[in-house]
Amino acid sequence: MKIAVLIKQTPDTAELPKVSADEVRTGDVKAAMVINPWDEFAAEEAVRLDERFGAETVAITLGGPEATDALKHALAMGVAGAKRIDDSQLPDGDIWLTATLLAAAVQAEGEVDLVLTGKQSVDENSGSVHVGVAQKLGYPLLTNVVEIQEVEGGQVRAVRLVDGARETVQVPLPAVISVGKEINEPRYPSFMGIRKASRAQIPTLTPEELGVAVPDSHVRWDRIRKPEERKTQVQIFDGATVEEKAAKLVDALLAEKVI
Amino acid sequence: MSLLVWIEQAQGSAVPSCWEVLGQGRKLADALKTPLVALVMGEETEATAAAAAQYGADTVLTLTSPLLARYRLTAYAAGLRQAIQEADATVILTSATQNGRELCAAVACELDAGLAPDVVDLRVEEGQLVATRSIYSNNILVDVTFTTPRQFASVRPRSFPMPEAADAASAEIRELPLSLDEEQIPEKILEVAQTDGGEISLTDARIIVSGGRGVAADPARGFQLVAELAQVLGGAVGASRAAVDAGYIPYKHQVGQTGKTVRPDLYIAAGISGAIQHLAGMGGSKIIVAINKDPDAPIFSRAHYGIVGDLFEVLPALTAEFKKRLGQQK
Repeated sequence: MKIAVLIKQTPDTAELPKVSADEVRTGDVKAAMVINPWDEFAAEEAVRLDERFGAETVAITLGGPEATDALKHALAMGVAGAKRIDDSQLPDGDIWLTATLLAAAVQAEGEVDLVLTGKQSVDENSGSVHVGVAQKLGYPLLTNVVEIQEVEGGQVRAVRLVDGARETVQVPLPAVISVGKEINEPRYPSFMGIRKASRAQIPTLTPEELGVAVPDSHVRWDRIRKPEERKTQVQIFDGATVEEKAAKLVDALLAEKVI
Repeated sequence: MSLLVWIEQAQGSAVPSCWEVLGQGRKLADALKTPLVALVMGEETEATAAAAAQYGADTVLTLTSPLLARYRLTAYAAGLRQAIQEADATVILTSATQNGRELCAAVACELDAGLAPDVVDLRVEEGQLVATRSIYSNNILVDVTFTTPRQFASVRPRSFPMPEAADAASAEIRELPLSLDEEQIPEKILEVAQTDGGEISLTDARIIVSGGRGVAADPARGFQLVAELAQVLGGAVGASRAAVDAGYIPYKHQVGQTGKTVRPDLYIAAGISGAIQHLAGMGGSKIIVAINKDPDAPIFSRAHYGIVGDLFEVLPALTAEFKKRLGQQK
């Protein structure tokens, strides 16, 4: 079995509020960068599938040279190989161009059975790239998977969380799976893993090598800005008793007509 | 030319946030001088189709088949493509529910069309559709315009008000035959286990009462008090990451950066300090109420109203007071 894990390098979630509109505009985000936290669950699941069934695993990202750090994190966790598609000559992130390049890199790996990825990225949170990858590859897609029960006989059986229900679904391989947070607890890379990853040579692919012609962008981004700070002056209700405070708050909320 | 809105069904009835999209769709269609078409798919479609007419659709297309009993991407994408062709739709909108986001993206990609996922605003400027996305955990806004003739957007729930339903509706309702059979659908659903007993989903809720680390003295009782207040108000129960990580309540209740983004009319935060990640997930609420023992908790800087006190005392007092005032309304 062969598994490709699609990952992205993103700002650390704690750093997201510090990102400025200018940094997003220029693409030069100065926040501390990590493997997209949602993708870490996908990397962990790939390693676990390798442990369960024996699998060849490879992590793939689209990004600049600095994105190799995110790949090295996946390697340190136990993913066997890594590839980086270089995006330095590309126009800014068009969802379908990203999906096309990732799909082409998956195909370049040969007979891939499963493509795993997180449910979205914490920065642009489109939640759409893996949907595009499945489309471009023509593979079935299972999103928000919280358990991979069985991979056998050319089929994968998995549990998805959907609104209000857990759904057990089976699709033929090859397939694309996006994983939810409940699927596992990502491991901390071991010291040995980190050492091994730090020495890894990570091949770089270009759109030309993948045979992908860069199309015109499907959308334009304008007026990148910070949301207006909501200036609220809190009104604290005092009273001799808790009942009195509660009554004053209820008065205010009924007057606001939000009940 | 037309503007098409997918009205998603769950357990046989329409997902409420789809009506918000249809209501805004009416305004956009008028501005673009184009008809508004609603699409309903499922094993049963009649009741939702009739409601779509009342909410302002000019035409309602239905695809009714046992193959569509539950959402499956392949089947629903085939249905949506058929409807787009039938209605000659140039703008296609869904609610950004889990399924809506996925379906919108899949068909947009297949048709090589521009996509604006999970938008918080949609308007027409100079005859062009403009979508606003809220990214970087709601710390950056961007306006998206389209360079493709077909334009897809999924709309974050509660971005637009619920429209009024008209008593008399005069939409044309047209059934399309689904051009797909079971052999062409790779997804086989083997089992479905319901996980909630019809509770209101956080993303659709008009009122949310959330609990945080402040329940630590007695987590079970703390969240029981949170749930009781939510029940009196007809709202949903939320939680901070700290409460979820401590195992007080399941993850599906988590509000914030790594949980759900919510935009209720009223958000009551009980025993929640107000970490920046939590604020990112609920900062869009219309009215925020903070209940916390610590008068210096950061949550008070973002709240409109507050009570400094112990949630174990304040919540029951609030529940009792609301019961008294609301009588039997709720």
